[in-house]
Amino acid sequence: MAHEIAERSRDLPDLTFIGIRTRGVPLATRLAATLGDLVKKPFPVGTLDITLYRDDLSLVAPQPLLKKTEIDFDLNGRAVVLCDDVLYTGRTVRAALDGLIDLGRPRAVRLAVLIDRGHREIPIEANYVGKSVPTAQREVIKVMFQETDGADEVWILERPA
Amino acid sequence: MTPTALRSKDLLGTEELSAAEIGLILDTAESMRPIGERQIKKVPALRGRMVVNLFFESSTRTRFSFETAEKWLSADALSFAAKGSSVEKGESLLDTARNLQAMAPDLIVIRHSCPGVPHFLARNLRAGVVNAGDGAHEHPTQALLDALTIRRKFGRLQGLRVAIAGDITHSRVARSNIWLLTRMGASVVVCAPPTLLPPRIEEMGVEATTDFDEALEGADVVMMLRMQLERQGTSLFPSTREYFKRYGLTATRLARARPEAVVMHPGPMNRGVEIASDVADSDRSLILEQVSNGVAVRMAVLYLLLTGHAWEGEAA
Repeated sequence: MAHEIAERSRDLPDLTFIGIRTRGVPLATRLAATLGDLVKKPFPVGTLDITLYRDDLSLVAPQPLLKKTEIDFDLNGRAVVLCDDVLYTGRTVRAALDGLIDLGRPRAVRLAVLIDRGHREIPIEANYVGKSVPTAQREVIKVMFQETDGADEVWILERPA
Repeated sequence: MTPTALRSKDLLGTEELSAAEIGLILDTAESMRPIGERQIKKVPALRGRMVVNLFFESSTRTRFSFETAEKWLSADALSFAAKGSSVEKGESLLDTARNLQAMAPDLIVIRHSCPGVPHFLARNLRAGVVNAGDGAHEHPTQALLDALTIRRKFGRLQGLRVAIAGDITHSRVARSNIWLLTRMGASVVVCAPPTLLPPRIEEMGVEATTDFDEALEGADVVMMLRMQLERQGTSLFPSTREYFKRYGLTATRLARARPEAVVMHPGPMNRGVEIASDVADSDRSLILEQVSNGVAVRMAVLYLLLTGHAWEGEAA
């Protein structure tokens, strides 16, 4: 994925990586590190918490735990690669875009996801996809990272009835 | 396990809060803080929710702080002061409340000079109720913002020694702080002239003394309270000058506390009565930080009470 981003980004020096909590963060960190090794230049990495931007805040139970958004660089004029583990309905990305735009005005935002499992509910597509996995809605995709879960694995599970 | 929701639809006092709930509110407030530093100070979390601020007692800081928190979270806020309302025309509190309920607010923030009024509303209304001060009883969001300020400074509450000095008898801030701080494992010493120190206050789990120098010994935090002249019926101390001499916080007195000790005051302060100007303005003072933390704590409380449905008993 890092190579694909390198090939397709004419604005490579301006790139920044922002991971959506929780499992977009290790993806953003790794993409930035791999790309950094490739071009011998570090890329800024930030963390976005989208809790306050969710469209189902009054519906979900239990209540989502609010964590910090940590982006310590200026977004204005930069190109942002927004990272998440799974692209599903698209609603998380919608919330993340609203959250990002409240923090500044990036010149461009692109989306990188490890797994695209289909079933979009709003018109949002990824620019970079690790793997497309056709799924049924009753299935659950579980992405695990060494950093957050102690292993690098992707599972397709049956949703408990 | 850390809880992700509060158990009640209301925040009436710190007495009812568990240590885990206090931790949740403070952690959430910590995440809310950066919103105030952004250029666009607004997040859509409470869009379309209505909050009514009912202030039957005067307030500047607390009301502005709640209103700011409501606006930053995108809630629709209505503020109501007792002056000029139907209360002056003889409407009873329950009738006022029922009329408000008919407008379907999601939450009511109330301050009243009578202890227990928020509890009465909470029992009679579907809306959530936040106590913004009921007489000399409780002022939970003040204690929570104090706790956030202390925790940000020391990284913890557990094991700290907190001296609370001033008009303890009439202070809802003192009561809410005592419940919260003792629950979180801090040790609290209260100090006041005998006329302003409630008898048997030790039963709340604190030490009590009338000697200010003794109270300051070894303190990590010195919390000064305002002399609540409006709640004192008769003269409970000879003069403000004499009070300052024995119970005013000066730089010399502060030297008895620990070297890294900090000074707090819930405001409004009376310079030269309970606190010397140079202490209030010194780098040991966290007084203005308390004010900015107040907005974050109130955002956290509003967010936790108004989102999620845990308190309606729905399982995940």
